[in-house]
Amino acid sequence: MAYGPKIIEHYEHPRNVGTFGTQAEIKARKDVGVGLVGAPECGDVMQLQIKVDSKTGMIEDAKFKCFGCGSAIASSSLATEWLKGKSLDEGLAIRNTQIVEELSLPPVKIHCSVLAEDAIRAAINDYKEKNGLPTGEPSAAAHPGA
Amino acid sequence: MADARPIYLDHAATTPCDPRVVEAMLPYFTTHFGNPGSRNHQFGWDAEAAVDAAREQVARLLGADEKEIIFTSGSTESNNLAIKGGAYMYEKNPAGSGKPRGHIISCVIEHKAVLDPCKRLEKEGFEVTFLGPGNDGLVTAEMVKAAMRDDTILVTIMWANNEIGTINEIPAIGALCHERGVLFHTDATQWAGKMPVNVERDNVDLLSLSGHKIYGPKGVGALYVRRRKPRVRLQALADGGGQERGFRPGTLNVTGIVGLGKACEIALTQMDRDAERLLALRRRLERGVTSQLDSCVVNGHAEKRLPHITNISFGFVEGESLMMAVKEIACSSGSACTSASLEPSYVLKSIGVGDELAHSSLRLSLGRGTTEGEIDHTVDSVVRAVRKLRELSPLYDMHKEGIDLSKVEWGHH
Ligand SMILES: Cc1ncc(COP(=O)(O)O)c(C=O)c1O
Ligand code: FES
Repeated sequence: MAYGPKIIEHYEHPRNVGTFGTQAEIKARKDVGVGLVGAPECGDVMQLQIKVDSKTGMIEDAKFKCFGCGSAIASSSLATEWLKGKSLDEGLAIRNTQIVEELSLPPVKIHCSVLAEDAIRAAINDYKEKNGLPTGEPSAAAHPGA
Repeated sequence: MADARPIYLDHAATTPCDPRVVEAMLPYFTTHFGNPGSRNHQFGWDAEAAVDAAREQVARLLGADEKEIIFTSGSTESNNLAIKGGAYMYEKNPAGSGKPRGHIISCVIEHKAVLDPCKRLEKEGFEVTFLGPGNDGLVTAEMVKAAMRDDTILVTIMWANNEIGTINEIPAIGALCHERGVLFHTDATQWAGKMPVNVERDNVDLLSLSGHKIYGPKGVGALYVRRRKPRVRLQALADGGGQERGFRPGTLNVTGIVGLGKACEIALTQMDRDAERLLALRRRLERGVTSQLDSCVVNGHAEKRLPHITNISFGFVEGESLMMAVKEIACSSGSACTSASLEPSYVLKSIGVGDELAHSSLRLSLGRGTTEGEIDHTVDSVVRAVRKLRELSPLYDMHKEGIDLSKVEWGHH
């Protein structure tokens, strides 16, 4: 697969790799929302975590881990960059098409960006549920167009 | 930047031509360009003499008689001719009789160049049993025996597998076929020229080999067709000028044939030395990788494998990103990713390498040019790549936290 320079750049220097704790620790933390989407047998699993400032309601930090192709890694890396400093609603407004455009993903790799959008929603909704906020957006369990 | 070509570890896909092979071929493009079918002048005689000499070189590699060698365009054609040509010739019931035309035994981890001819025969009224190998990747005489029927006409089992390098019990399977009066073909593309063959000792009736896997040119190969005990007949797949005793009509590829002959001659003189050296390098590679990384396995039987092919699966790492990470190594990959770019390997799947661990595999195949330095570099590069990707892998984290990945409820799409 011949990739464009932006994908390669994110793949070689992924931003914000990591977690805010083990799976058990994360579950217990109210200030962290986690989205885990995809499945190992499909060849892609993306984990996105957001840390929210409870006073301002802004996403102050984001981290990812990704088991997947170069495009999936680049998409999730980009997602963490975009999420930092955004409000929850602004985060929910991120669309996979923006990721496709920014990274110049080839058509066969569009589902990797869909996965990133799913992970963003899942992480934000997880934070909202943990904190008793209404989850306005549809849940990430349904995979549009995948 | 200086010419930094990747390290070539894909010799199971193809090999470079040996310079001695190229040298032997050259005069037959320009000086001795004749058609071996031209029986009445010097140009034809020269070409014919060259083809005869090559036929002898190929025969000697196999312990066969030169009359038993048919030149083809490579293993794909040899396999097609052996399998379809054999099945049509030995069918038990004619097409359209409503009864199976005959039974064939093959195996699910064969190359497509065997599977697809078998599948075509199935559509045409033959019945085919595709044996599943054990988790060690081996097909045994016992398995073949259990699948034999009264109407079995042909058994086709590869000598060694191209993805995992496992070696099947060819002499024993051949003996069984001879006992039952069943035709026996083996796709020896990865074996012949690398490991010893004697068609008498090994009980083979039909054998396919290919020039480009043994440091010869691409687009030329041979089919060994037994002439005595039993005398094997085949139905030709093409009609034409009657060359190769009618089995394979068409003007002979003289340059290619000369190259194939030379490649066989060289192979015979140095295969023992090559095999010993490559086995040591392969072991160095496997040890280097598996001693530094957890959750990785060498696929296929531990011992019964070709010296030059290794196939290693790495847990918690995805195939395409692994290929990107080892881009300075030219090799091939089987992946867990079913969504877009890479297909999971049917060979690995059928030997029970499931995707629960969500791993990807690298097939690294060594050759005459491979050096110890290249192997050490490859070990470092693979280890670094897998570590980097595991740093990124949520699955590896979960694994280390003791979470059973097969019990997690994944959102399927
Ligand atoms: C086991 C096996 N059979 C057949 C083939 C096809 O050979 P050829 O390229 O000569 O048609 C190959 C090579 O790809 C192979 O590895
Ligand atoms: S994650 Fe499989 S193609 Fe992108």
